[in-house]
Parts: sequence; structure tokens; C-alpha cells
Amino acid sequence: MSETAIRPRIEQTALFDRLSAAVPILLVPVLAVVGFAAIGDTTTWLTLTVAGLAMGLMIFVMASGLTVVFGLMDIINFGHGAFVTVGAFVGFTALAWLSGWTAAPSVLLNLAAVFLAICAAVLATGAMGYAFERVIVMPVYGHHLKQILVTMGGLIVTQQLIHVIWGPDAIHLARPQTLQGSIIVAGAAIEKYRIMAVGIGLALFLAMQYVLRATRIGLLVRAGVENGEMVEALGYRIKRLFLLVFIAGSALAGLGGVMWGLYQETITAHMGSEILVLVFIVVIIGGLGSVEGCFIGALLVGLLSNYTAFLAPKVALVSTIALMVAILMWRPQGLYPVVKAK
Amino acid sequence: MLKSLLSGDYPQSRILSLIVLGIGVSLILAPFLFPGTKSLDTAAKIAIFIVLVASYDLLLGYTGIVSFAHTMFFGIGAYGTALTLSSMGPSFTAIALGTLAGAAVAAVFALAIGLFSLRVKAIFFAMVTLAIASAFAVLVSQLSWFTGGEDGLTYSVPRELTPGFRPIREKVFDVAINGRLIAYYLIVAVSAFLFLVMLRIVNSPFGRTLQAVRDNAFRAEAIGYRTVWYRTTATVLSAVMAAFAGSLLAIWLRYTGPATTLSMEIMLDILLMVVIGGMGTMYGAVVGATIFILAQTYLQDVMAVAEKATEAVPLVSLLVAPERWLLWLGVLFILSVYFFPSGIVGRLRGQRG
Repeated sequence: MSETAIRPRIEQTALFDRLSAAVPILLVPVLAVVGFAAIGDTTTWLTLTVAGLAMGLMIFVMASGLTVVFGLMDIINFGHGAFVTVGAFVGFTALAWLSGWTAAPSVLLNLAAVFLAICAAVLATGAMGYAFERVIVMPVYGHHLKQILVTMGGLIVTQQLIHVIWGPDAIHLARPQTLQGSIIVAGAAIEKYRIMAVGIGLALFLAMQYVLRATRIGLLVRAGVENGEMVEALGYRIKRLFLLVFIAGSALAGLGGVMWGLYQETITAHMGSEILVLVFIVVIIGGLGSVEGCFIGALLVGLLSNYTAFLAPKVALVSTIALMVAILMWRPQGLYPVVKAK
Repeated sequence: MLKSLLSGDYPQSRILSLIVLGIGVSLILAPFLFPGTKSLDTAAKIAIFIVLVASYDLLLGYTGIVSFAHTMFFGIGAYGTALTLSSMGPSFTAIALGTLAGAAVAAVFALAIGLFSLRVKAIFFAMVTLAIASAFAVLVSQLSWFTGGEDGLTYSVPRELTPGFRPIREKVFDVAINGRLIAYYLIVAVSAFLFLVMLRIVNSPFGRTLQAVRDNAFRAEAIGYRTVWYRTTATVLSAVMAAFAGSLLAIWLRYTGPATTLSMEIMLDILLMVVIGGMGTMYGAVVGATIFILAQTYLQDVMAVAEKATEAVPLVSLLVAPERWLLWLGVLFILSVYFFPSGIVGRLRGQRG
């Protein structure tokens, strides 16, 4: 036997390729640094950055469901905004019932009230997601045009039903006692609620990553995104998996709705369709179907809109469009395009 | 004569012919048949929306592209005319200049959006246009020094188009002949012309290719048609037509603001009109726009009666309140996408989804 046994050769990807895969992740700190250079004031920058991260993470919570649903079943749900609105209204109703708890100066009671409101919203929007999938989306699998039209119709009907149930006026609600006001960090005033929003958003992102990367169901979802037919051929009922993902996505949208409502302290029946625009921008930037891309896109959009809202308030929304255009020039399918094995 | 006027595309159903004929005759005789300011307003709005909806159908029904930026083009046309009228003073030169400028800007925008996002999937285009259109609406309401912001622009139109202008002293069939009437007939004539132009476009070889691209883009590409080029051209054409419709609205209303031209509600209205009327036929736009605007104007009166009648039943009376008319149209919209994807016109022509 000669010593020169044939060794398996592992293809080394070129350094450049490995670096370019990491570039999207670097965009967030780069944007933060650019923002710092443009603003030039540490305390303002810190306040804005935390606000941007909070906003980005809330958008991420709402957008993640949409993007996974698209990846799995090739369905884009224009009615996604309706879940956001319904979540916010249900959450606010729950908080209004628990007004004794929210007005009390106890941290525990306040957080319990918010937690219960979130639970109510998640349950309501999850159930609504089930109904939406069965009644509105299921008959139009595979027809993109009809999907867009029908889910848009669902959005209209839901908005009108909200008018019927909760009345046409905007609802105002103050945040619970202990979540009001801000704390001073390094001279910068940071709203307490924003810190909480960042916490919830990060926790959800990590939980989602765990579920997608380390559990059986996550494995099936990822496999389904890549090649649904093959998963079905291996004996898994992908329709049921999809229904589960749809419900989870709707529930996340509802959760995001409550968080967004508490952030703005005012909710209207149209908030969902307004946020839907931001959600779409984020999903497009991230690449349709990609959770990581959606996360990075949401952070970019959140930071950029807060920086521009400070520097040039009139062009805040236009700046996110410009970001979207710039990213699409660079990567026409978004930051992390989902590769379909078809 | 009729054949070349309609480009050989007849309604192909006796009832539909009667309906379309009825709508056309009513629009032409509206000032005499239905006197009153409100009905004249409604008639003018129907004429303008027929053009707008037909131009959207060119995109949605014939090319299979869902765009949410159609009101943006409509608004660009309206603001083009409004801006020239308010800065240059009321003259026909200003109207012509504003209309052309609006159409040109709309064409450039449509070309940019089309080249940029039509290469990917239809769904992608829908999302991108939704984002861009809402950003545009926000921008218009922010730049108040230029566009008048949320309040919009109020301006005067040439004297020949105002109620103060009386070419004939006597009344004709009890109707005063004034500039408002001239403005109405100007709008009806231009709308009819634009509609016939679009009918010509969709029945040309170009229109047939669009339908081929809609039905099977892959096959169309394989035969040798550059689908991106066809889709982009359709987008530009429909944007220009929408801009013309916007100019007509600006002339008629003598006011242009975000709520009348750019709002998402109008976009949804257009979508409902196309789908309920019938996608993929120009006559669908006529029927859809007429029914929808009549419903918008008069259904609310009917619903107010229904609300009165069901006052005792708590939930039902809320559901039939006049403000909830959109709820019922939304339900109708979903049902028609499922069960009558070819809309009223498709039904009347005896087609099946």
C-alpha cells in the first residue's frame, strides 16, 4: 500500500465568496456608523439607534410570518396587515379590561397585563389565520393573480368589520405605568418600552432560529421551502405543515400589532395596511422567503427611517424605498435569495 | 364604420350590447336625462373612471400584471394639470401643457418601475408598486410648498369651462347651456376617444401578444417575443392612459388633492371595478366603473333605508349602515374572484372561469 491514499478533497470556497456571504450582516453596523457620522451627537445617536432597533424588531416580528409563508407555499398574503390590526385591537381591548392592572405602579402587574394582552391577541389572530387560510387562501393555491386579489379583498373586509366591531374612531391607550417614561443611559434618554420591544424581538428571533434549525418541524419547514414536492413524496403532509406555519405567522403578526400599538399608543383600522408597506419593503430587501434576510432588512429599515426622520423628516419613507432600490440593484432577489430546488 | 370604431371587438352578447349602449347613451344625454349637479358629477366621474379602469384592465386583465401604483399615475396626471393651471393661470395652453407633462412623467416612472421590477415575478411587482405608490402619496402630502400638501390645490379652469360662461341665453330642453356643460362634454368626448384607442390597442397584434404573455410567459418567450419588453410597454401605456384620466379629473373637479387621486382607497376601488366588471375585456371596465360608482353614490342611500328598517336588530343594523357599503363590495369582490373570475361581462358572454 502506498502512502498516498486518496483523500477526499473538500472544496474550499474562495475567501471572497465567504466574505460576500457575510456582507449583508455587516450592513447593519455600517449603517449605524454612517448614521453616527451624519448625526454627530452621541446621545441623539444612541436614542435614535435604540428606537431604530426597536422599530426594526417589531417590523421583523410582523414580517417573519409573511416571508416563511411565502417561502413554503409561494403565497404572498396581502391580507397580512389585517392580522396586525386585529391583534392590536384585541390587545388593546384586553388592556382596557385590565386597566386596574396597568394603572397600578407595580412592575409585575403591568407586565402581566401586557402578557395577557399579547396572549389574547396571539390567540385571536391565530384563530383568524386558521379561518383565513381555510376560507380565503386555500381555494386559490397556485394562482398568483387570484391570491393577490383575494387576500386584498380579505384585507378590505377585515378592515370594515373592525369598523363594525370597534367603531370608526382611532383608539388611544396609554402604556402601563412602569413602561412609560425613559431611563438615562450614557446621557441619552431611552424609552423603557423600546428596550422591552428590543428584548421581545430578539427573543423571538432567537426562538425562531432555534425552531427552524434545531427541531424536526423546523427541518420540515426548511425542506419544504427548498422542495415541497419532495417533502410530500417522503410522506409528510405539507398542507398541514403549511397551515401550521400560516397560523404561526398570523399569530406573530398579531403579536407585532400589539407591540406596535403600544409603541404608538394609538391604533386605527388602517394601521395594518400602512404597516404592510414597511413589511413588504423589509421582505423584499431580505429576499422573499428568508428569515435571516428579513431580520437584517427589518433592522436596516428601522435604523434608516429613524435616522432620516431626525435628519430630514420629510423623506423618511422615501429613504426606505431608496434603500430597497439600492439593495435590489445590488442583489436583484434580495439579500438572501431563497434557492428553490425545482 | 362601427367595426373599425370598435376595432372588431363587439360586446358579443345581446344583453351586454344593450347595457353598454345604455351606458353610452345615458352618458351622452346625462345633462338632459338626469338634471342636477349631483347626477352630472356622477356621470362625469363615471366617464373618467371608465378610462382609468380600462387602463388598469390593460395591465391586469390583458397582461396579467398586478400593479398597486395605478393611482400614482392617475395622481401624476391630475397634479400635472393642476400645477400648470395654478401657476400659469387658467388657459387651454396650461391644460395641454400640464396634461402632456403629466403623461410624460408617468411614462418615465412606469418605464423605470417596469424595467426595474418586471424581470422577477408578478408578485414582486405587486409588492414593489404598493411600496412605491404609498411612498409617493406620503411624499406628495409632505411637500406642501409644491403640491399643497394634504389640502391639495384649488385653481380655476378657463372661463369657457365654468358655469359663468353662457354661449346661448335660452335653455335647451329646460337645461341651461353653460361652460359646465361644455366641460362635461369635453370630458365625455375625450374619455370615449381614449377608450376607443385602448380598444384598438388590445385588439392589435400587440394586444394579442400581451394576452399570450399573460397566458404563458414561458411559451411566449420561446416563440421569440421578449416578454419583459411587452410587459414594460403595457405598463407604460396604461400609466399614460391613467395620467390622461387624472388630467380629466383635475379639469372637472377644479381641485386636486391626495384624497381624490392618490389614496389607497381609490386603488382598491379600481381593483374592485375591474374584477366585478370583468377582467380581460374593455367592456368590463365600462360595466364595472358604472355599477361601482352608482353604488358608491346611491347604494348608501339604500343602505340608510335598510339601517332604519333594521334598527331593532343590533348587529344587522350596524352591518347595513351606509358607511359599511365597502364591506359588502369587498365580500362581492372575493366571491367574484372565486366564482366569476371573468366578471359580469364574462358571465354575459357565457364564458366560464
